[in-house]
Order: sequence, then structure tokens, then C-alpha cells
Amino acid sequence: MAPGLEFEKPINELKAKIKELNQFMDEKGIDLTDELNHLKKRLDEVEKDTYSHMTPWDRVQIARHMERPTTLDYISFLFTDFIECHGDRLYGDDAAMVGGIARYRGLPVTIIGEQRGRDTKENLKRNFGMPQPEGYRKALRLMKQAEKFNRPIVTFIDTKGAFPGKTAEERGQGEAIARNLLEMAGLKVPIVCIVIGEGASGGALAIGVGDQILMLENSWYSVISPESAAALLWKDASQAERAAQTMKITAPDLKEFGIVDKVIPEVLGGAHHDPKTQANIIDEYLKDALSSLIQLNGDELVHRRLEKYRAIGDYSLVKGNILSEK
Amino acid sequence: MLKDFFIKKKKYATVPSTKSKIGVPEGIMKKCPSCKKIMYAKELQKYLYVCQSCGYHYPVSAFERIEMLLDPESFIPFDQDLVSKNPLDFPNYLEKLEKDKEKSGLNEAVVTGKGKIEGYETALAIMDSNFRMGSMGSVVGEKITRAIEYAMDHRLPIIIFSASGGARMQEGILSLMQMAKTSAVLKQFSLAGGLFISYMTHPTTGGVTASFASLGDYNFAEPGALIGFAGRRIIEQTIREELPDDFQKAEFLLEHGQLDKVIPRSKMKETLATVLSIHTKGGDEQWHRD
Repeated sequence: MAPGLEFEKPINELKAKIKELNQFMDEKGIDLTDELNHLKKRLDEVEKDTYSHMTPWDRVQIARHMERPTTLDYISFLFTDFIECHGDRLYGDDAAMVGGIARYRGLPVTIIGEQRGRDTKENLKRNFGMPQPEGYRKALRLMKQAEKFNRPIVTFIDTKGAFPGKTAEERGQGEAIARNLLEMAGLKVPIVCIVIGEGASGGALAIGVGDQILMLENSWYSVISPESAAALLWKDASQAERAAQTMKITAPDLKEFGIVDKVIPEVLGGAHHDPKTQANIIDEYLKDALSSLIQLNGDELVHRRLEKYRAIGDYSLVKGNILSEK
Repeated sequence: MLKDFFIKKKKYATVPSTKSKIGVPEGIMKKCPSCKKIMYAKELQKYLYVCQSCGYHYPVSAFERIEMLLDPESFIPFDQDLVSKNPLDFPNYLEKLEKDKEKSGLNEAVVTGKGKIEGYETALAIMDSNFRMGSMGSVVGEKITRAIEYAMDHRLPIIIFSASGGARMQEGILSLMQMAKTSAVLKQFSLAGGLFISYMTHPTTGGVTASFASLGDYNFAEPGALIGFAGRRIIEQTIREELPDDFQKAEFLLEHGQLDKVIPRSKMKETLATVLSIHTKGGDEQWHRD
């Protein structure tokens, strides 16, 4: 069983009680089935109630769960013949960004994704899923290759953000992210982007310009992480919970803004409770997305993509003070 | 055609307010924040707000930039009537916008339009850090996008002067998406053969660095300008070491291969005019290629 989160405390207490009761029955040979059923029913209710009333901050905790499935987990569930390709051909290989070629239901595809570690040791290797410039440049190299061979691209977004490091700045991480935004807008193959965990700032967007943007129910996507937002806005990183609420970062929020095309439901309590089933749910959405996008030719894809991003923004015209028409 | 996707809206011009010229505070004398030398304000203006003792470049407002760069009376503004809404219902955001409108005489953090530099016509977007620290929300993204589209439709070059604290927090994900929007349109502009000169001024950071500012056919910067993606403080906290003084300065970026040239303000006009002129046909007929 996955370790519980703070807001799941009532659920975990009930689970512990049920386990205790089961043990007691086994040891003493007393029939307590009625009590047990009562507790199980109560657990059902509490679970449903808790998971249908999650705050944005609760979802952030789920998105960050150590056991939440990562890009490589989903790749192993959803694709066959995956061959990971390394390096940006310019500087190095970034383990926080993985990519390669594979088949999806027989169809050749290119896969790109941010990869965090599943334990401390792996996290050190993968820089906690925070890419450096060479990560974005590797991603771009593989996406250009996908275009050359007319393969659709599937990206998995899961990052706390770009790496705030000296060397990343020296090697032009602003330019690396910008270049990906520009080039992804012009790629003549279908691009499906799936936010599977955390999606912070330019680090997320750098592999996030696509034809369909899907987002797991408990993932978050924002211009900045809740902690950094709180530090910037209120000079207090401990107000992250408030920032998570104010910044409107959850999947339903982004669906409402029209940034995300579809919210992919998660198994009860979050993807980490049953990764295999979660992968099957993603599979259905990915199949739908790709089967419709694959009908469009390169020019149509680019035009639709441009039209979509062109329309994003919320503004109005100020009245008065208009002197001449151009 | 591609152009069909760009909904053309009527564009209006407004007369710039004199209140916008606030880059340098009023007063007869000015003390340089860098070398502390005192100069006459009038003299400082004559030298384009550059300290004659140490070369410090004072930040200037968008309209001061227009005045020092463009041929007199040549500037025609675009879309000055576009204003921000409050998509996140962010507390106090509208009030803050109002305050900055008062303070800066601008409706938003970028002034767009077209004008002439030594006779060469060009589209322009000039950011102004007096308005919400030059941060990019929906309006900044939209105005820059429209200026690029105008340049594309009229086969003009575009010069974008960046001065920005990055994406505007108060517009959340919509701010982030302005990075994708401006970059997507620049891709089309580039495919159409358009010339884009990115000119980074102090400060150019965050989401602006990670979108259009880095995507020029030529990336120029003013001396001493702070240019970077992540903030200095957060980097120091992350890597737990002190950064060199020149970290993320224009000269540092030049040294690391991120810029074409650092241009002192006194050379701004002639350098831009030369770049613009090189992108027009010239010389004898025999050199012309189709």
C-alpha cells in the first residue's frame, strides 16, 4: 500500500482498524463479520467523500507522491519496442528528460518526457526531474527526427520546473526553452502532450506545445510552482497552499481556461494506487487523440495549432481616448 | 491561407501621454547609481541617459526609447486601447493595474507600433518596466503578437525591445501561454522570411527570456543589462554558492555565446539602421538574387 498523505488520515485510520480486526478474528477465532462489514462500508463512504472534496493543495500532494507513476512507467505500460535515445549532440545527455522511439498500438511514434527519480539516489541522477538546456535540446532533436520520419510525438510533462542553476544559465536555458516553443509550433506531425504530475513554468511548456493537451485529474500545471508563487507574491514560501488555490493550477481549472483539451480521470485516490489501471485509462484517451489527429496533414496540423495558441488571452478594449483610426 | 487565421481587428492609435516619461526622475541633477558621479539632468538626456563617467545605462521608458531611436514624427502606435482583465479573479490585481496606469501613463507594459530608423521603416514593440515590472500577461502577449502579424502582412522587419520581470503571476497559466503564442507567430514570421531583431534591455528575465526575446535573427543587448531565465537568488539558494558579480549581465551572456552583440546606447540607432539596411537589396543589379 502506498504511504498515505495528510488529508488521507481518516482513510488510513479506518484501513488500519480493518486490518486489526481481521487479525483479531484470525487469532481468536471469533466471528466479527458484522463489525467488519460496517467498517468497510464506512471506509467506502469516507474514501468517496475525501477524494471528491480534494483541495488544490491535496492534489499537489498527490501529484508529488513518491510512488506516483513516472514517464518511464507509463512508457512501459503503453508502448512496445521502446528504444531510448540519448544526448543533444551539442553538450551532453540530460537524465531529467528522456526520449526515444517506440510503437503505440503498432504505430511508430517518438516519445519525450520529463523523468524524476523514484528514490533519492535516482532523483540525484535525474536532477529531481528538472531539465537543463541539453534536455530541451535533446527533446527538440528527437522531435525534428520525428518530423523527418513523419511519426507522431507523444510528450509526458512532469517537472517542478527548469533547473535554477548557474550552468543552465550559462548554456542558455532561456533560449533552449524558447527554441522549443517556436519549433514545436511548426512541426508537421501530430503532437499529444500529457501532464502526468507536476507542470511548472517554462520547463513544462518546453515540451508542451501540441495539438491536444491532456491532463491527469490530480496533476497541476502553472506558470510557477506554488512555493515560488508564494515567495514572489507574498514574500513567504510557506503560503504555498494559498498560492495553489489562488493561481488556479488544477486540471479542472485549466480545462475551464481552454488550455487543456481533456482531463483524464484517475483511479480513486490517485494514480499511485493502481498504475496499471491508470495506464489503461490514459491509453483510451491517447488512442482517441492520435486516431483523430492522424487524419490531418502537416499543414492542417500547423494551422490548427497556430490558431489555437493565437486565441489564448483575456483582454478588453478601453473606452474613450481613441483619437484616430489607422 | 495562413493569414486567414489571423482575425484582423480595427487598430486605433492614441496620443502618448507625457506622463509616460518617467524613466529618470525629475530634478536638475542626477546621481549615477553605479559610480555616484553627479550629472546635469539635461546633459544626461543629451547623452541618452548614459553616465558619461562610468557608462551606466539608466533604464528608459518606452517613449524615451522611441524619442532617441526613431526619426522625428515617424512613430505610429498600435493597439494602445488593449487592457488587461482579471482572468484568475486575483485579489487586488485590477487595483494594481490602475495604479500602474496612473504611474506610467501607459495602458500596459508594452508599446507597439511602427516607425522609421534613418528612413528604414520597421514594426516595433518596446516594453516598459514601469508598468508591472514589464511582466507579460495576455495584453503584452497579444500586442506583441499583433505587431509581428502587422510586420508579416506589410513585409516589414520587427524590432522588440525587452524589459521584463517575466511572466505575470496574476494571470497564471494564461501568462505562460503567451510565451507559446508569441513564439508560434514568430515561427510563421520566420518562415515568411521576416527579419526579427531582439534587443534586450535591463532587465530581461523569466518567461520573456524563454520566449521571443531569445528568438531574434539577431540578439542584441544594452551594456550591463540583466538577462536570464531563473532569478539570481533562487540559483544561489539551489546551488549553495555565491554567483559572480557579472552573472547574467549582458557581457556575461556575450561571453557564453548567447548574444550577437552588446551595443552601447550611443551606437543603438546607427547599428540598427545598418542591420536594417543590410536586409534590403543593395549594390549593382548583378548582385541581386531572387
